Formats: sequence, structure tokens, C-alpha cells
Amino acid sequence: MTTETLKTKASVLENLVAVRAMIRRHKRNDVIFAAIGLIALMLGLLTLLTLFIDLVMDGYSRFNLEFFSNFPSRRAANAGLLSAWVGSVLVMTVTFLTAVPMGVAAGLYLEEYAPKNWFSDLIEINVSNLAGVPSIIYGLLALGLFVYGLGLGESILTAGLTLGLLTLPVVIVSTREAIRGIPVAIREAAYAVGATKWQVVKDHVVKYSQGGILTGVIIGMSRAIGETAPIITIGALTFIAFLPPTPVTEVAPFINFEWLSSGFTVLPIQMFNWLSRPDHAFHTNAAATGAIIIVVTLLMNGTAIYLRYQIRKNIKW
Amino acid sequence: MINATTALKAESRDLNFFYSNGNQALKSVSMPLYENKITALIGPSGCGKSTFLRCFNRMHDLYPGNKYEGQIVMHPDNTNILEAGVDPIEVRMRISMVFQKPNPFPKSIFENVAYGLRVRGEKNNRTVADKVEEALKGAALWNEVKDRQQDLAFNLSGGQQQRLCIARALATDPEIMLFDEPTSALDPIATANIEELMSELKSKLTILVVTHNMQQAARVSDYTAYMYLGEMMEYGDTDTIFTRPTRKETEDYITGKFG
Amino acid sequence: MNTATNMQTQPTALSISPRLAKNVSRNIKERIIELILMLAALSAVFTTFAIVAILLYESLGFFKVVSLVEFFTSTQWTPLFEDAHYGIMPLVSGTLTTSAVALAVAIPVGTIGAIYLSEFASHKAREIVKPMLELLVGVPTIAFGYFALLFVTPLLQKVFPGLPGFNMLSAGIVMGVMIVPYIASVAEDAMRAVPMSMREGSYAMGATRFQTAIRVVTPAAVSGIVAAYILAISRAVGETMVVAVAAGQQPTLTFNPMDGAATITAYIVQVAMGDLPHGSIGYQSIFAAGLVLFALTLGFNVIGHIVRKKFREQY
Repeated sequence: MTTETLKTKASVLENLVAVRAMIRRHKRNDVIFAAIGLIALMLGLLTLLTLFIDLVMDGYSRFNLEFFSNFPSRRAANAGLLSAWVGSVLVMTVTFLTAVPMGVAAGLYLEEYAPKNWFSDLIEINVSNLAGVPSIIYGLLALGLFVYGLGLGESILTAGLTLGLLTLPVVIVSTREAIRGIPVAIREAAYAVGATKWQVVKDHVVKYSQGGILTGVIIGMSRAIGETAPIITIGALTFIAFLPPTPVTEVAPFINFEWLSSGFTVLPIQMFNWLSRPDHAFHTNAAATGAIIIVVTLLMNGTAIYLRYQIRKNIKW
Repeated sequence: MINATTALKAESRDLNFFYSNGNQALKSVSMPLYENKITALIGPSGCGKSTFLRCFNRMHDLYPGNKYEGQIVMHPDNTNILEAGVDPIEVRMRISMVFQKPNPFPKSIFENVAYGLRVRGEKNNRTVADKVEEALKGAALWNEVKDRQQDLAFNLSGGQQQRLCIARALATDPEIMLFDEPTSALDPIATANIEELMSELKSKLTILVVTHNMQQAARVSDYTAYMYLGEMMEYGDTDTIFTRPTRKETEDYITGKFG
Repeated sequence: MNTATNMQTQPTALSISPRLAKNVSRNIKERIIELILMLAALSAVFTTFAIVAILLYESLGFFKVVSLVEFFTSTQWTPLFEDAHYGIMPLVSGTLTTSAVALAVAIPVGTIGAIYLSEFASHKAREIVKPMLELLVGVPTIAFGYFALLFVTPLLQKVFPGLPGFNMLSAGIVMGVMIVPYIASVAEDAMRAVPMSMREGSYAMGATRFQTAIRVVTPAAVSGIVAAYILAISRAVGETMVVAVAAGQQPTLTFNPMDGAATITAYIVQVAMGDLPHGSIGYQSIFAAGLVLFALTLGFNVIGHIVRKKFREQY
């Protein structure tokens, strides 16, 4: 038996009272830290709440139907969101049509077809990189390439394409994640009955990953609705007192595309414009717009989160 | 042989254990733990030996929903460590554990061993350094690391890491040391080192070791308990268990007919 | 077994069986589809390429007029004035100062929040808090800009009476709150990746939850946490609307958060709102500024990615 070289043994039983007091002290830190941690997280929520209440309180006088049906005006009380929300809807349509087909196709390719080599690595690196590029850079890209380079001008088409490119990485990533959730066994079963690769992808992979893809698309679109920087950079005019030509016409061929090349404004731009005016009366309008945009984005995000939750719960492979 | 001078360090009395999913993993397990002796728990996979081991340092408390019934009583203070009013942290300060896969912290060798002392608020650097040295010597690691105590523990080999974990567990002078299949992830030479270590350590403290390897139990332990399906099938001194087991189930396991 | 059937379906040299013909056309169709999908995937590469090309092309025009020396050393940024100066440093100082304020808020709050989520929060709490953080990420930045300008600044002016209406402190603080979810979620992922066996080792030594979280789990997750910080820096540097609205649009070489100043992003917005003829030096200046911004964020993203990959390999 080795002789004890130290006089003090760290024995618990011999120092029971002191040890218990120390443990109590240390456990208090547990409680304190848990409280601080919760507060830290709640800080964000608290800010959001304060922000929203502030907007609503500042802008509530504008929550009426006229606000939605009036054009912007030099008189704050009469200025409305008509051109802005119509513009948002149209731009979002182009965004959706740009980002979703390309994004889902890209996601399918990367998950189902691409061999693991430098080529697919290159694509992956680009996708994750683009997700981190500031949105204003997309605006510069659009300015140089779409507005001037391709001559598309400061139009809805340009805006839609730009936001589409911005949303692309989100759609690609969520498509891939949704596809990854599908067990190999289902695929193998489909191949086993003689389906071609495309048939497997079309009939099974896409079908089962729809929910996840949809979730990602909704989240991506909700961000696009609130994007201001790239749209400003393109040159969205901020005093728009007209609506783009309607897409649907009474004469054949019933759809026209003139609206794509029209000048436009969108909700966040209108808010920014009103906010930048020194006249305080316009700040009320800005507040109202802000509240509306937040409600829309929160609804969309909430839907997406709920959708994802339901998918996770309901999947019984 | 159990005789009058063999002191009881702890004992489990009618221990039942339920996992949070309702599964009863231990059924009325009673077993003595003699001081300064090595007791081995053997049995086929899933028999509950690790579950039983982890009751001793209240590891199950980390996962919500688990339930203990019955007692594990420590001597000489006669405390039932499973009682709700007993602080698991206090229990763990008296009973330490060495895990199956070495789990050193992302710290230096020195700081790994010193961890238990730091957590207990030991501020005196001299005391800490002395205890670390004593523990590393006790774990037969001192000569190999004395000149590089500031190196990261991750840089040690598997066998060395496990001895480091033993040193860590040793540094706080525990009364009981629990070993959960300590050599199953190690090569034969490292295994032999650890077994030799355990034999040396028992003079300082009491050891309870779970092992999947019957030969190890036979080599190393003074007492052996055979468990099956959550029940304590047989307990006795190692010689008897391995040469003249009382129950047929024990004999079947020992001779390899089963398990 | 009747092996004669094998003989019967082998095509002769001059004709192709209907089944094989169908196979070929099906194969062609499959190949075309694969090609289409691949082109879609290449859109990501194309986009990056286009961004770099546009930024370089226009910046090249800019740097034909402005020397690199002046660009990096001049202390004034006044491209739109008669007596034009083209030093990027004022814009960089604005970006750095607002980002520094933002990180001073986001790093402590985000890290503590992450530790709480990973080590302290119950399963239920986590299920509630994580979606809420996600909602926070979805709020449009223009709304935060409003908040910074018309709520936070007046509030701060009560504490600091001399605070100007446009200041970097207000913008920085709000930006910090915006960035907290980014840090919290990446750092929490890093901590959750730490194996349970390491925690058990700590608890087995008699450590409390707090001691285990701070002494063992956080050091074990440190490279993931650092990656979170780096990605947050990138996010702060690239933020536009909050600073454009609340920090002001006057390029000023200053590191004092109480001042107003323009960031790189705010400058681009300001110019783009005006009327600049295509090809003019003013027009090109936003691309030069954008190039600097892109290089900065790319650099941070790459470093963050490398650090993050490193922590994934450890376990």
C-alpha cells in the first residue's frame, strides 16, 4: 500500500458540512445562469414584440381600406399602398417562377444524379457561398447584368429575376434536405419494378419531398418579400402612381407580358421611401407598412414552421 | 473467503430500476460491496450490469424519467444514496467512474486530472499539482507524461487515455471506483496494464467493475456477481463462482454454453 | 429452363427489336433530363461567376481613373462632389464600427443563449424557443431600420443627450439583436455535437450543470462557436437597410459609435437611389465599393466554413 504523501485527503465524509455548502453555492450558479440564458434568448423576442407594437401604435391610423387602395401621394394622409402591394405580388410571381423550378431541378440533380467529384463539389461550394453573399451584391449584379447588360431595364422582370437568384440557394438547400429524408428503400423498390431514374425521381422522390421543398420555398419567399437593398439598387422608382399593365386581358391571347417590363415599386421600398422623408406624417405610413410586411412574413414563416413540424410528425415510412 | 474482518463498504438492497420508457432493467438486485476488494459484474449483453453500475453514481439522473426503487447504502455513514433527498453531486464526489471508451476532456493532461479538484473549488495550486502527480503515479502514467503535462490529452494513445481517465477519477480520493468495461476498447497490452493497475488500486479504495470478458473477471476480481435479465443470479467469491457455481444458469454462462 | 427464348430475342444485324428501340429513346430522354437538371445546378456557378465578372468589370473602369493608392489611403469618400475624393477608408470605418457594436451585443447574448439552449433548456423549452428564433430571422431588415431610427435612437438620446439623430450606436445595437439567432443556432449545433460521454465524464466527477457547460462542453465546441462568430461578422458587414436608415449616409472617417457615418452598403444604396448615368465614375464607384464588400464577406465566409468543417471532423 502506498503511503499517503499528503496530509489532507479530499475526503467528503470528513468535510461533509463544508462540501455540502460548496455544492449549494455551485448549484446556485446553475439557476442564475439558466435565468440569464433564458433572458438572453428572450431578448430577441422582446425586441421583436417591441418593434411590432411600436409599428402598430405609430401606424394604426392608416389601417383602413383606403390605405390599400390609394396610390402614393404628396399628402401623407392620402398616400396609400396600392402600387406597392400590387408590385410586390407581381415581383413575387416572377421570383417564384425563377427560383422554384431552377432550385428544385438543381437540388434534384445534386442529390440524385451528380457523382461525387470535383464538379459537384464546385457546385456545392457555390451554393453555400451564395447563401452568404449580402443581398445588396445581388442588386449590383442585377444592375450591371439585367438592367444594363441585357437591357431589361428597371422593371418587374429584373426585380423578379434578382430576387429569384437571391432565393435560389434557399430552395436548393431545402430541396436537398427534403430529398435526403427519403429512405433508400423506397427508391430501391421503385427501381426494382423497372422504373427509369427519371420516373423514380418524378413519381417518388419529388412526391415525398414536396412538403420539405414547400417549406423551404415559403421561407425563401418570405425573405424575398421583405428585401429592400437589391431592389433599391436596381432602381425601383419610389413614387409610382400607376399600376403595371394587367397580365390578363380581355382580348386574345388573354395573357400579355407587358407588365414584366413595367416600372414598379414594392412594399419595403415604399416603406423606405416614406421613412426617409423628414416629414413626420409620412413616418406613420411607414409604420403601417412595416406592420403589414411583418404580419405577412410572420404568417408565411409560421406556416412554413408549422408545415415542417407536421411533416416530421406524420412521416411513417 | 468472506470473513469477519472483511468490511462492507456498500450494499444494494432490493434494487429495482425503471427506464423512462417503463422498461424494468433491474429486478430486486441485492449485493454486498466489500471494502478494498474488487467485485466484478458479469453476464450476457443486456443483463443490466452497466445499468446496475450506473446506479451507484446516480448517472441515470442525467436522463429524465428514470426511476430507482430500493436502496444502495454506503458505509460507514449508512446513507441510502438513492434517496431523493440525497444530492447526486455529493454521491459522485465519493464514488467516481471510469468509462468504457476513454473520454478525456479537451484540455491538457494536467488539467484533465486536476478537473475534479478544480470543480471542488480547490484554489491552492501547490495542492493541485501535488495531487495530480500522486494520481498520475497511482495510475501508472506519471513516468510517461511527467515532462509533457501541458500537452493535450487527445494526443495520448488509447491505453494512455484510459489511464489518464483513471488518474482523473483517482485524484479526488474517491471511496469507490466504478469501472464500466474499462478495457473493451483497448489492445491486450493496454488491457494488462489496466488490470494490474486495478489490483494495485484496491488497497486504497473499493472497486466495482463491469466486464464482458469472463477471463478478466477471473483474473482480477475477489468477488464476482453473475447477472441475467436484470436479476442477480449468483454472487460469491471469484474462485467459487468459477469453479463450483451453485446455480446451473451461472455454470452455463461460465462454461460458454450460453451467452 | 427454356433457354431458347434468349436466342429468339437477340436482334439480327439489320433490324432492331421494338424493345431495344424503345430503350434507346428512353435513354435519350433520360440523358436530356439529366442535362437539363445539371444546367439548373450550374446556375449557382453561373451566378457567382456573373457577380464576380460584373464587379470586376465595372471596378476596372473605376480603377482606370482612380489609383489604388488613393482608394486605400485617402481619408475622404466624396465621389459625387466637384472636388472628388475616392478613399474607401471612411466607408470601411463605418462598416467596421457598426459591425463591432453589433458583435459586442450579439456575441455575448448569442453564446449565452446557445449554452442555455444546449445544456440547460428542457426539451419543451427548446421546441418553443428554436422556432421563435427562426421567426426573428424572417423579419425584414427595413422594419429593424425603422425601429433603430425612430425608437432606439430617441431612447438612447435620453441616456446620451448629445447623440445625433443618425448614429452608429443605435444601428449597431439593433443589428446585433438581429444577428443573435445566427450565432445562437450555429453555436448550439456545435455544442450538441459534443458527445454525451464527455458530459458524463464531467458529471461523474461531481460537477454541476453550469460547470460542465462552461468547463467541458464549451471548450469542446470552440471551433464551431468561433465559426458561428465569423459567419456573424460576415452577416454584419453585409447588412444594408438598418445602417442605411439609422446610421446615416455621410461618409465619415470615424470609429466613434456616437457619430453618424455611412457604411459601404449604405453608400451603394444612396447612390443607386440617385440618378447616375451609366458608365460615369459615380456609377462605377458603387461597384468598386461592392467589390470590397464582396471580398470581405467572401473572406469571412470561407474562413468560417473552414473552421466549421474542422470541428465536424473532430468527433
